Amino acid sequence: MSIRLQNIAKHFGTSRALEPVNLDIRDGELVGLLGPSGSGKTTLLRIMAGLETADREPAGRILFGNRDVTNLHVRDRRIGFVFQHYALFRHMSVFDNVAFGLTVMPRKSRPTSGEIRARVHRLLEMVKLEELANRYPAQLSGGQQQRVSLARALALRPEVLLLDEPFGALDAKVRQELRRWLRHLHDELNFTSVFVTHDQEEALELSDRVVVMSNGRIEQIDTPDTLYRSPTNRFVFEFLGDVNHLEGSVRDGVLTCGDARLAVDLPDGAEELLLRPHEVELVESATANAHLPVTVTAISPVGAEVRVELEADWLGEPWLATVRHSDYERLKLTRGMRLFAVPRRWHRFPDERSTPERKRLEVA
Amino acid sequence: MITLATRAGSTPKRVLPGFGLSLGISLMFISLVLLLPLTGLFGQLAGLSLAEYWAIITEGRVVASYMVTIGAAAVAALVNGAFGLLLAWVLVRYEFPGKRLLDALMDLPFALPTAVAGITLATLYSSNGWMGRLLEPLGFQVAYTWVGIALAMAFTSIPFVVRTVQPVLEDLPHEVDEAALTLGASDGTAFRRVILPHLWPALVTGTGLAFVRSLGEFGAIIFIAGNMPYETEITALMIFVKLQEYDYAGASAIASVVLFVSLALLLVINIWQGRFIKRLHGGAG
Repeated sequence: MSIRLQNIAKHFGTSRALEPVNLDIRDGELVGLLGPSGSGKTTLLRIMAGLETADREPAGRILFGNRDVTNLHVRDRRIGFVFQHYALFRHMSVFDNVAFGLTVMPRKSRPTSGEIRARVHRLLEMVKLEELANRYPAQLSGGQQQRVSLARALALRPEVLLLDEPFGALDAKVRQELRRWLRHLHDELNFTSVFVTHDQEEALELSDRVVVMSNGRIEQIDTPDTLYRSPTNRFVFEFLGDVNHLEGSVRDGVLTCGDARLAVDLPDGAEELLLRPHEVELVESATANAHLPVTVTAISPVGAEVRVELEADWLGEPWLATVRHSDYERLKLTRGMRLFAVPRRWHRFPDERSTPERKRLEVA
Repeated sequence: MITLATRAGSTPKRVLPGFGLSLGISLMFISLVLLLPLTGLFGQLAGLSLAEYWAIITEGRVVASYMVTIGAAAVAALVNGAFGLLLAWVLVRYEFPGKRLLDALMDLPFALPTAVAGITLATLYSSNGWMGRLLEPLGFQVAYTWVGIALAMAFTSIPFVVRTVQPVLEDLPHEVDEAALTLGASDGTAFRRVILPHLWPALVTGTGLAFVRSLGEFGAIIFIAGNMPYETEITALMIFVKLQEYDYAGASAIASVVLFVSLALLLVINIWQGRFIKRLHGGAG
């Protein structure tokens, strides 16, 4: 079922949690709400669920498909909701937790106890917990508890599944596993899912589209690929990964910052360029276009690429560069080594709201 | 290898210091303050034969006082269970001006001398008191009836319920009732099936404590009870009467009954609660 939010705003007392927001989520889509804490992402999710009401002024609307649910109580919205800390009923067994939604249905529409049992066992099978049906939540691991809470949310076959930082309280390995598993479940059962996260990697890996939020505002809505490659503003760019800054003044097509120089095709004036770690190349001697002397201060060879920390007099904050293992071996990188950085590519956001500019440099 | 062997052989040293000292002082304190007077009580009983003991504790007037005390205490405890739960709920779940004050007022019955409470209640509910004047034309006689006794008991024991339920309710995250609502439960169902089971052990404990406390209450009740033999005499008063007659053995005999009932009840509550809590924390349920 599609979800449409029109002009949804929220104040808590006098502080504004959400600016008027518009959002269209298509039927069957898996959408991530991504943002730092305090960005309003959880508030937005809770408004969709009906656990929070949007401001009366301006009057907003929430539509599930063609159904206007703006003034509908949470229990009548027919959504599944998964909480960060599972919110399982601790005094009930796993089975009773999952069966809860079915057992509280009005008597006339409630399935028979045999049907409920069959349905709960099917759900538990789906989340691979059928052996633990008689356990209590306190006897399960965090990952298992979150699976129970998912099964519980899916018991009423909701067409909309909302998840509030569902993997936030779990350790990295379980998180990875549950992510894959949620994606699988989503594709199989074909509901519309919205989940909140502050983890960029999780949002980019799991979502069909990502909504990036900050300060109660939607900054950008795009596919993970577009989002990463062409962020619309500086906030999105900085939030989606590590960033190196190069500040200086441009004169006659050369940006200068201390004893660092970089040829740029920009008008004169103060400039700040932004680079991703993988856009920084390390070479042994300066090129005609770039003279950026740096010193290696830390090396972390763990993972697919080697992470190298760089410092220099002309740098306010250290830079981070990722180099291939082959380059690492060829350059024989050691701590304290003096090298030159060459940007392969840089980004600039001269004005917050204008379109960004990107530049690919010819490496000489 | 040698150091390893000696280390393994020596008794393990506790990391937390002062175990011997603190336990010793605790035991001594318990002995002086609790066990010594209790021993004295049983010492008094030693002068009685079993038949005499039985005769004292089953005397008609005393038995009538058991009925009055237990009946009124049960009513007071149940009323406190309901209102204490409501008060705890209001104090935990809502924000309102004066919340701190209300919270502090909860402890007043603990702090107030019970005799003060008794006199206040008696003047308030007697036939020319504020409440008495309103209620008596309607046919409600509060002072000098068991209703008055129950009222005084409820007044002195309400903090037991509030103060046991309150922390448990504070620990219960909002998400749990929100989860019940997202699953389509009505407010009533969510409360009955999700919130109440969580509070149940604390509520039963609090109500039980209130009941036990009411069994022994004297000062607050005595002024409002009227103390008519066979009708509004409480057991604590019977003990007092025996003492005034210098019948220490008789007083001790009745006191021992109250003591046994209270102890038995506390024990039952503790055992039951232990089993319930074990389940919440993942023991074999």
